[in-house]
Amino acid sequence: MTGAFYLASLVAVVSTGLVITSLNAVHALLYLIVSFLGVAVVFFLLGAPFIAMLEIIIYAGAIMVLFVFVVMMLNLGRQAIEQESAWLMPRIWVGPSILSATLLVELLYLFGFGVLSQAGGIMGQAPKQVSVVLLGPYLIGVELASMLLLPGLVGAYHLGRDLRNEDA
Amino acid sequence: MNEVASRLPIIAGVLTMVVTLSALLIWLERRLLGFWQERYGPNRVGPFGLLQVVADMIKIFMKEDWVPPFADKAVFVIAPAVIIVTVLMSFAVVPFTPSIVVADLNVGLLFFLAMSSLSAYSVVLAGWASNNKYSLLGGLRASAQMLSYEVFMGLSLMGVVMLTGSFNLGDIVEAQRDLWFCIPQILGFIIFLIAGLAETKRIPFDIPEAEAELVAGFHTEYSGMKFGMFFVGEYLGIILISAMITVLFFGGWQGPWLPPAVWFWIKTFLFICLFILLRAALPRLRFDQLMTFGWKVMLPLALVNLAVTGALVLIGHPPK
Repeated sequence: MTGAFYLASLVAVVSTGLVITSLNAVHALLYLIVSFLGVAVVFFLLGAPFIAMLEIIIYAGAIMVLFVFVVMMLNLGRQAIEQESAWLMPRIWVGPSILSATLLVELLYLFGFGVLSQAGGIMGQAPKQVSVVLLGPYLIGVELASMLLLPGLVGAYHLGRDLRNEDA
Repeated sequence: MNEVASRLPIIAGVLTMVVTLSALLIWLERRLLGFWQERYGPNRVGPFGLLQVVADMIKIFMKEDWVPPFADKAVFVIAPAVIIVTVLMSFAVVPFTPSIVVADLNVGLLFFLAMSSLSAYSVVLAGWASNNKYSLLGGLRASAQMLSYEVFMGLSLMGVVMLTGSFNLGDIVEAQRDLWFCIPQILGFIIFLIAGLAETKRIPFDIPEAEAELVAGFHTEYSGMKFGMFFVGEYLGIILISAMITVLFFGGWQGPWLPPAVWFWIKTFLFICLFILLRAALPRLRFDQLMTFGWKVMLPLALVNLAVTGALVLIGHPPK
């Protein structure tokens, strides 16, 4: 089990790195999907199968399809790849590297002091427990999220309406 | 490790069975289509034309495995594998009998939905990687279609989940001991059937590969065994959706006298025949009709089904 955990984490970390360094936008998106799948396996092994499945259905299965869809429609060519490779100059790496290194050091520090050794905080979360918590103490969060989604939906519908048919 | 070893024969058996069946299904479909259109269909090679499948397979393996020079090679090769892998993975949670199930997950139904949402990538990536305008159009249509129909495919199944109180497919079958869910969940069943047709991209929903307008849609540039994988993937998808209909709405392995596995395959076989009959009987929809139908008819119906089922469950078992 521990071996599977580290393997899945390794896949997630490596593919996330490749998301940043790939020059081709679709390849980067594919690596991002692999990274989500790796994270889903990690969730599964930590004893949260419900979260793992939602990770695949929502992130890997729905949101990323939309991303791929948009990138497909943009039809990025060789020009975009050249632009990307210009953006990935060593000079550009400095700022993000410092920020990420800070976070990494902080994470290692926390691990070292055993604060995060109880990763089992999400152990054994069956679908029922998750729903009880979600619609109990965190109900307001769920409601706020749904309120946020509704204006998005209405807005998208407004932008996408067919003016020609309305005039007729 | 011992548990893994005890699962291996089941995994091997399930894999062999579904792959063989999907090959046989190609023959079955051609024979049934022939029967319904008052002609013979393939009947020359072997008894009843059964060896036609073998002949076709030998032919397709001998074909040149061609990757167009303008294609994105890596993605082009991965795309057909994605559909086979995701569909075969879904079979892992299907309970064929009380004892024959590869992975008895407590989120089995969600696993099936996750795999079916991942299978959309195969078509989308094939369309993009081919670098061909017909393929791209097919890929775009496929991604829009599969995204829209996944939404209420999931919603239509939540009624079943509410009545059972579990995502485990074995529990769902057990809960149908007295009454198959096709009766209380008749609306859910119809919605799932339509969504399943759209997910497998069968007529009347085969718009991503509409031959009349898009050559062959997303698999225009594919040949040889890569095309074969899309083809087999489609038939595996039909078996999967039929098996899921059986499990979710028609009592799975349950039935009198006959052994459970026989009941399971009889029911599944009937739904496979229904899929082929629909292909023989219906014309192809137009793309805007497909989207309008999905979002303006099926989604509200699925939501109504969800709300009514929820209300009835609450009346039947008020929370303490």
